[in-house]
Amino acid sequence: MSDTDASLSAVALAEIATPPVAPPYPVDHHRFQPGDRVRVRNGRAPGHIRTPFYVRGCIGRVERICGAFADPQELAYHRPGLPALPLYRVRFTMAAIWGARAEAPGDTVDVELYETWLEEVVDAA
Amino acid sequence: MPHDHDHQHGHGLSPSGHPYRADDDVALTHWQIMEIALRELIVEKGIATEAEIAATIQTMDARSPALGARVVARAWTDPAFKERLLADGSAACQELGIEPGILKLVVVENTAETHNLVVCTLCSCYPRNLLGLPPDWYKSRAYRSRTVSEPRAVLAEFGLTLPAGTRVAVHDSTADMRYLVLPRRPDGTEGWEEARLAALVGRDAMIGTAFATDPGGDTDAALG
Repeated sequence: MSDTDASLSAVALAEIATPPVAPPYPVDHHRFQPGDRVRVRNGRAPGHIRTPFYVRGCIGRVERICGAFADPQELAYHRPGLPALPLYRVRFTMAAIWGARAEAPGDTVDVELYETWLEEVVDAA
Repeated sequence: MPHDHDHQHGHGLSPSGHPYRADDDVALTHWQIMEIALRELIVEKGIATEAEIAATIQTMDARSPALGARVVARAWTDPAFKERLLADGSAACQELGIEPGILKLVVVENTAETHNLVVCTLCSCYPRNLLGLPPDWYKSRAYRSRTVSEPRAVLAEFGLTLPAGTRVAVHDSTADMRYLVLPRRPDGTEGWEEARLAALVGRDAMIGTAFATDPGGDTDAALG
């Protein structure tokens, strides 16, 4: 996994197939928009985490905002998990996840991720 | 040494000539004990009756991929429905009388450029309201780990070869969404009615590990 030229060109590839989709489920405020580049936090919090290890630290693009949902890390302990967190589908290229080991660099994986796990990535000018 | 399914000798075999299967006289596992304890407590506390629990299990077992196939066939024949289905899968299913429950359905459409494939790497999330219970392989560690790292190799093992230039789009159901693949409508089905089309749509086609059945294909494929 590295921010090499290969993964950057693959990120451009991932942009090709990102039709704008309106969130079917309610969401009040959200930090990111479809198309935004985001990095998954490389955190190691204990508990019931819905962020797979294989995308932690990886850069992808927001495919859509799914809506706002109660925080599963809280729900797992019988707490209300409120306020609800914005949930996104983030699209990663295989190159962005697996680097040179990617089976086909331009194939993609979309993963549902909560806003608390995402960091803004500023595009180089 | 026990016989390996030997039909010649009579001992240890059923009248039809098959070996008797050993009874599962083994200790309950931790989770089996927990299930029984929880079920008995629910009944004792009056939260649900045995009959209600049995009826719920029967309802869950009765769901089958035929529900999803109806949704796909409607989308193939009604472009306006397809548009609504892609925008809000759960609401569109309700139009067909399929109760989505807590299901938040995202429908992903296969095209000439894109082939979609669904996995849940963290557990076994699956659109049960539309497809019934997931197949065992869907829950296996091999499918869950390999589908996000080498989906083309996985598809090849299902006998699926994609045309050159097709992008594989994997969907990892990690949180609140559930996914249904809308397969491509096979050629040679122009003018077909919905029920006939639905018969071409198998479970695997809606997970993404198969295509819809090609009515012009060989007999095995058509029956499969």
